[in-house]
Amino acid sequence: MKYIRERALPHTHCPGCGNGIVAQCFLRAIDRLGLDMSRMVFVSGIGCSGWIPSPFFKADTLHTTHGRPVAFASGVKLSRPELNVVVFTGDGDGAAIGGNHLIHAARRNIDLKVLLVNNMIYGMTGGEVAPTTPKGIRTTTTPFGNLERPFDLPRLVMGAGATYVARWTTIHVGQLVASMTKALRRRGFSFIEIISQCPVRYGRNVGMAEPEKMMRWFRDSSIPLAKARGMGDKQLKGKFIVGEFADFEAPELTEEYEKLFKATAA
Amino acid sequence: MQGNEACARGAIAAGCRFFAFYPITPAGEIAEQMSRLLPKLRGTYIQMEDEIASISAVIGASWTGAKAMTATSGPGFSLMQENIGFAVVTETPCVIVNVQRAGPSTGIPSLPMQGDVVQARHGSHGEYEIIVLAPSSVQEMFTLTVEAFNLSERYRTPVIVLADEIIGHMREDVAIPEQSHLKIIDRKIPKTPGEAAAPFLDEEVAPMPLFGMGYSVHVTGSCHDKFGYRNVTDPESIDQLVRALANKIRKHIDQIARIETRCTEDAEVIVLTYGSCARVAQYAVEEARRHGAKAGFVRLISLWPFAREIVAEAIGDAKKVIVLENNLGQIVHEVERIIPAHSEVAFLPPEIIATLHRPDYVLESILKAVA
Repeated sequence: MKYIRERALPHTHCPGCGNGIVAQCFLRAIDRLGLDMSRMVFVSGIGCSGWIPSPFFKADTLHTTHGRPVAFASGVKLSRPELNVVVFTGDGDGAAIGGNHLIHAARRNIDLKVLLVNNMIYGMTGGEVAPTTPKGIRTTTTPFGNLERPFDLPRLVMGAGATYVARWTTIHVGQLVASMTKALRRRGFSFIEIISQCPVRYGRNVGMAEPEKMMRWFRDSSIPLAKARGMGDKQLKGKFIVGEFADFEAPELTEEYEKLFKATAA
Repeated sequence: MQGNEACARGAIAAGCRFFAFYPITPAGEIAEQMSRLLPKLRGTYIQMEDEIASISAVIGASWTGAKAMTATSGPGFSLMQENIGFAVVTETPCVIVNVQRAGPSTGIPSLPMQGDVVQARHGSHGEYEIIVLAPSSVQEMFTLTVEAFNLSERYRTPVIVLADEIIGHMREDVAIPEQSHLKIIDRKIPKTPGEAAAPFLDEEVAPMPLFGMGYSVHVTGSCHDKFGYRNVTDPESIDQLVRALANKIRKHIDQIARIETRCTEDAEVIVLTYGSCARVAQYAVEEARRHGAKAGFVRLISLWPFAREIVAEAIGDAKKVIVLENNLGQIVHEVERIIPAHSEVAFLPPEIIATLHRPDYVLESILKAVA
C-alpha cells in the first residue's frame, strides 16, 4: 500500500484486464530501484490504460485530455527536469489521436518514459477498431472485418528516433519489469509497448473471452527479436515480435536546455 | 516597440518562464521575443508540434509551478479550446494570447478582425466562466499581459489576452516600469506537503499544490470533488463543480472587470468599443465634442466576464449607445441585454470588415445620433 492511494480503491479495471499486470510490473520496478514516489509524476490519457496510475498510484497524477499525455508530460519535464515523468497511454490515446505527440517526443529525445498499453481495441468506448487492430478482425465499427493494416509501433517510434524501444506482452512479466527498470534509470525518450489482453472488448470477438486464453495466445505467438530477424514475412504474420528494438544514447532535451541556459547566462 | 514584443516583455515581467508555441501569423513576433528573452532567465521556449501540444505543455508546466503562456491566432485558438476547458476545470493558471486575424478559417492572416470574442468566452464545450482582456495599445499589450498573469494566478484560471493584428503589429512608445514597481501576484500554494487542504472547487480559490513536492495531487478533467477524486456517476457532483467554478469568477467580478470611460457623465450618445476599434472611437468622440455634441466613450478592457453593472452605470442617461466592433456583432448583444429602457443600441461595424473604421464614418454616426 506504499504505492497505492487507499481512498481510490477498489480499482475499476475489468476482471482479467492486463492493466493489473502492467501496474504490478511497474510498481515492482519502482520498488526494486527504491524510487521515491514523491519525485515521480504520472501523466496518463483517456482510455483504460489511463486508469493504471490515475487515481490509484500514490503520487502526483495528471489525467489529461484524450491523446495528449505526452504533450502535457513534456511541459512537466521541461519545467522540472529533476522529476521522473512517466506516461501511461494506450494504443488509441497514444498512437491514434496522440500519434503526433509521440513521434515528436521521440524525435526530441525528451526524458519521458512512455508505457503504451496496446490492447488492439478502443476498450473504454465499447470496442471500436483501433490503429493497432489486426486486419480482418471484427469490432463494433468493423462489423465486416477491419480493412486496415495495423501500426508496428516499435518501428514507428524508432523511425522517429527513439533511443529506447521495447515491446513485451503481459505474459513477459520478468522482461517487462527489466525493461521498465531500464527505462526508469536511463535518460532519454524510452518507449515500451505492452501487448495486453482486453477479454471483454477484444477477446470476446475472437473466441478468447477468457483472459488466460488471450495470454496463452500471447505466449504462443511471441517471437523474440533475435529469432524474428532470421524469419520471413510469411512466418511472422500474426506474430508478436518481442524484445528490445533500440537502446542507445543521444543528447537528451532537458540537458540541451541546461547547456543553453549556461551559455546565455547573463 | 511593436505590440507583440510588448506582450512578450509583459509576460517576462510578470514572471513567465515557460512558453510553448506553434507558428502562426500574426503572433509570430511574440514567440521570437520569448525565444530570445527566456534562456538567460532559465526559462523554456519550446516550439511544439501543434497548438494542441502547445497548450498541453503550458498546462503541464503550470502544475510544476511555472507561469506559462502560449500565443496564437484564430485557427490555433480553435484547436486549443478543448484544453482551455481542461485548464478551467483543473483550475490551472495560464495565459493564452490570441492575436485575432480575419476569419473564419484560414481567412486573411495579416488583417485584423474581432471575430473571436464570443469564442473566447464559449469556445470550449461545457458550462464555464473565463477571463478575457482586450488590449487597445502597445502599452496595454505590456500591462494587460502582466494583468492576465496576475488574474490567472489569483483566480487559478486560464486568462485570454484577446488582441488583434493591428495591436500586435503596430509600433508605439511603451513605458516599461522598474520591476520593483510592478505588482505581481503569485498563486497560493499549500503550506505543507501532505496538508489535507482540498485543492479544488473553492469559490475563494483553493491553494494549488505543485507537482514534485510530495502533495500527491490528483488532477483530472473528469468531474471531481474538492479533493480531485473522480465522480462520474452523480449529477449532484457535476452540479457542484460547475457552480463552484463559475462562482469563483462571478463572485469576484468587481475585482476582475474593468472599463475605461471618458466624458460619459453628461453624454447623450456613447460610443462603446474595445481593442483596436477604441483608437478610432476615442478620436471620433473627441471630434464630436469639438462639434458641440455631447458624446461619451466607453472602452471595455475586460470583455469577459461581461461587466454588466459598471457598463450600465457608465451608459447612465445616454439615449444611444453605438457599439463599434470589427465583426458582425458579438459584444453588442451583451450591451443590448443590459441597455436601460430609456436608451437604445446601434451596432456599427467598419464599412469594410477587416479594416479599422474610418474616423469620419464614426463621427458622422455620432453626430447623426445626437441630431
